[in-house]
Amino acid sequence: MRLMDVVDSELLPGVITTRIDDAVGWARKYSIFTYPFVTACCGMEFMSTACSHYDLDRFGAAFPRFSPRQADVLMVVGTISHKMAPVLRRIYEQMASPKWVVAFGVCTCTGGFYDNYATVQGIDKIVPVDVYIPGCPPRPEAVLKGLMLLQEKIRKQGWKGQ
Amino acid sequence: MSSVRETLRAELGAAVLSARGEGLDSVLVLDAGAVPGALARAQALGCNVLVDITCVDHLRWVPAGRGTPSHPDRMPRWELPKPPSRFKLVYRLMALDAGQGAVRERLALECWLEGDAGPASARSLWPNADWLEREVWDMFGVRFSDRPDIKRILMYEEFVGHPLRKDYPIGKRQPLLGVDDGAAPAALSDEELRPSPGGKRP
Repeated sequence: MRLMDVVDSELLPGVITTRIDDAVGWARKYSIFTYPFVTACCGMEFMSTACSHYDLDRFGAAFPRFSPRQADVLMVVGTISHKMAPVLRRIYEQMASPKWVVAFGVCTCTGGFYDNYATVQGIDKIVPVDVYIPGCPPRPEAVLKGLMLLQEKIRKQGWKGQ
Repeated sequence: MSSVRETLRAELGAAVLSARGEGLDSVLVLDAGAVPGALARAQALGCNVLVDITCVDHLRWVPAGRGTPSHPDRMPRWELPKPPSRFKLVYRLMALDAGQGAVRERLALECWLEGDAGPASARSLWPNADWLEREVWDMFGVRFSDRPDIKRILMYEEFVGHPLRKDYPIGKRQPLLGVDDGAAPAALSDEELRPSPGGKRP
């Protein structure tokens, strides 16, 4: 007799047991509200990934919130200039914990080929980054891989979050 | 009907230092002092669109055949005459017939500046000159004589220098945040900002 059968017959039927860490991590992992901070051409690729063909919704991550107060994941999509940097920093600080940051595209990861006076050489100089998705722009498959990495990270963090 | 270019040449006389180009590529090089008057006259003659104001920095001019300091082996592709001064200001004008959707004429007016002193503003002629002049100030540091309090437009207020000048170091980076709103990232240490893989987050 399997353990679950014992639980079902001896305890309350329809109840499963787990650890609170696992339950919370599992729930958070599938309820990602993203804040799309879109500044450049990567935005097109983000849209194509989010729409039905690649379908971010099957990861529970297709609900963009345009208020940082309601968002869990800050998706930084596109080149960040020095003039934009304080805005990005403020958006990050307005988000409620637990919160995560995804650097989408090579410009957000390192500045990309915009190695010049105007561009922030990687957003990790402004905000802590959880997942880097390189590419110019990244293919939707790469974005999905990055999203799954983030989900795995969220699941492992569990109850304590960050 | 004669073109704006030919009318301006005839009216300005000696203030037109040289002319080059044909048709839509026409260029008149003017004496800097004659520029405000020439712009007003060009508008009266039908140049209703100010396409662009920009600037060229001729700091690193080298004679043809000598190569350049950074590329001693590379010859200039054509012989450029020695520039009279460092900055050249360029006004690109267009006579647009909006009803027909036709460009009647394009004309560029150029002038060499003394130092970084530019002519008076063209805002009263074309309102978009406001932003274009701010861009020229921001990128090249050219001052327009009646705009002593001109503001940057692309870079943030605290930025030092003018990045499209040829003597602005190409690798120079300035402090990161343009606005110190009390939430400067200095509060987070480098370790906190760049957590090692598998390490603890702040």
